[in-house]
Amino acid sequence: MGIFDKFARLASQLEQVRAAFGGINVVIEKILSPTEAIVNGKKVILAGTNNYLGLTFDKECIEAACQAIREEGTGTTGSRMANGTYYSHVILERELSEFFDKKATIVFTTGYTANLAILSTLVGREDIVLLDADCHASIYDGTRLGGVPVYRFRHNDVEDLEKRLKRLREKQPQANILIVIEGLYSMLGDRAPLKEIVAVKERYGAYLLIDEAHSLGVLGERGRGLAEEAGVEDKVDFIVGTFSKSLASIGGYCTSDYEELDLLRYASRPYVFTASLSPANIAAARTALRIIRERPELKERLWQNALKLYGRLKEMGFELGPEPSPIVAVRFREPERALSVWKGLLEQGVYVNMVLPPATPDGSALLRASVSAAHRPEQIEAISEAFSSFSPA
Amino acid sequence: MKREEIFETLEEILAEVLQKEVEIRPETTFEADLEVDSLKAMEILAAVEDRFDITVPINVLNEIKTVADFAEEIEKLLEEG
Ligand SMILES: Cc1ncc(COP(=O)(O)O)c(C=O)c1O
Repeated sequence: MGIFDKFARLASQLEQVRAAFGGINVVIEKILSPTEAIVNGKKVILAGTNNYLGLTFDKECIEAACQAIREEGTGTTGSRMANGTYYSHVILERELSEFFDKKATIVFTTGYTANLAILSTLVGREDIVLLDADCHASIYDGTRLGGVPVYRFRHNDVEDLEKRLKRLREKQPQANILIVIEGLYSMLGDRAPLKEIVAVKERYGAYLLIDEAHSLGVLGERGRGLAEEAGVEDKVDFIVGTFSKSLASIGGYCTSDYEELDLLRYASRPYVFTASLSPANIAAARTALRIIRERPELKERLWQNALKLYGRLKEMGFELGPEPSPIVAVRFREPERALSVWKGLLEQGVYVNMVLPPATPDGSALLRASVSAAHRPEQIEAISEAFSSFSPA
Repeated sequence: MKREEIFETLEEILAEVLQKEVEIRPETTFEADLEVDSLKAMEILAAVEDRFDITVPINVLNEIKTVADFAEEIEKLLEEG
């Protein structure tokens, strides 16, 4: 037995896909703007990113990042717990606390590590986690690292959540129970029924953590996410998020009104045993956070684009996610069909994300289109046009 | 609840979820014999929880390879109450 033998099935599946469709890995040969790139030697519209506010090439963000590199260097070469906490990390944490109007914030090196750190440390073997079945891999991985007992409830199904909560409470009246959900789900772009979940959480004395990775800058009047939009920010115990989407940088955070959150810095391996965010990433994230406040028109444009694309694809009869959002997921029953449409779109100059089972929520195959505030109306039109050349099955 | 009853109920649940007649023995494996993927596993889990009125932590799923493993886990959870 060779060490790679366990991948034999994967290798043969890849081989089949390659034989039928050619390569499925996209290399961005040159990135031209938040919405355009050269792929396979050809200019394509990027309709499969998480660049919701289109800030990757924003002048102010670039300038701030360049200045940070000149003044603070290219990397910190150390952990937050050693030589890797600069004044700028502390300021960013303070600014996030102000932005969310919370008492404590910790910044991590990615959103993935934020979830890994929080879910492996905040809860342990004596606690309980109840998570939405469609939660991101980083949430699952965090719970595995810490070994907390995990129970799943059906995606966005409050009744199912309550049923499990009730059983668990009866059995363990004293246990700390942490419910984990997302604001906007990354694959189908649907919102969590947050108000209802908050009501259930309160009734059974549980804690609530919401991952607003895809909703920061996208939902809520001030762009604080679903908790703000639903008017329940004071009932959400922990908010986790990332700088890698609307903030067009890289990094993650957790914010809370529990000042004890700070203790996790000393207990959490994914906080301690990795290098801290680079100065350029921090500067870009700080600038983007300010832009969220100063330019609300970006969010408006994002939603205009989202409604437009969702509406057009719906008209064409495509099977979409349950509600319009900047993530417009087109569902196909057969993975082969998704693959061939994906390839056809690329040939027509439109890049979308392809998500195949088992990574999809319900076993179907998805083409995940996503829009940005930076898309011009004619680009949204071009994306729709490209889809219209395929039948929606 | 006796082991046989657990087996019978499991057989019913599997037939429902997999939408085919299944004949299970203690050594029947979920992955190789019954071709249960991660989505089906989720459905089976939910049905088992409802039918037996228990909650099964997903942490144990990695350890469950055969029907006997699952029955044993269910029995344990039932005893815990
Ligand atoms: C819901 C959710 N949480 C966390 C992450 C991880 O974020 P990051 O890219 O910063 O590691 C992502 C993005 O992939 C996500 O979709």
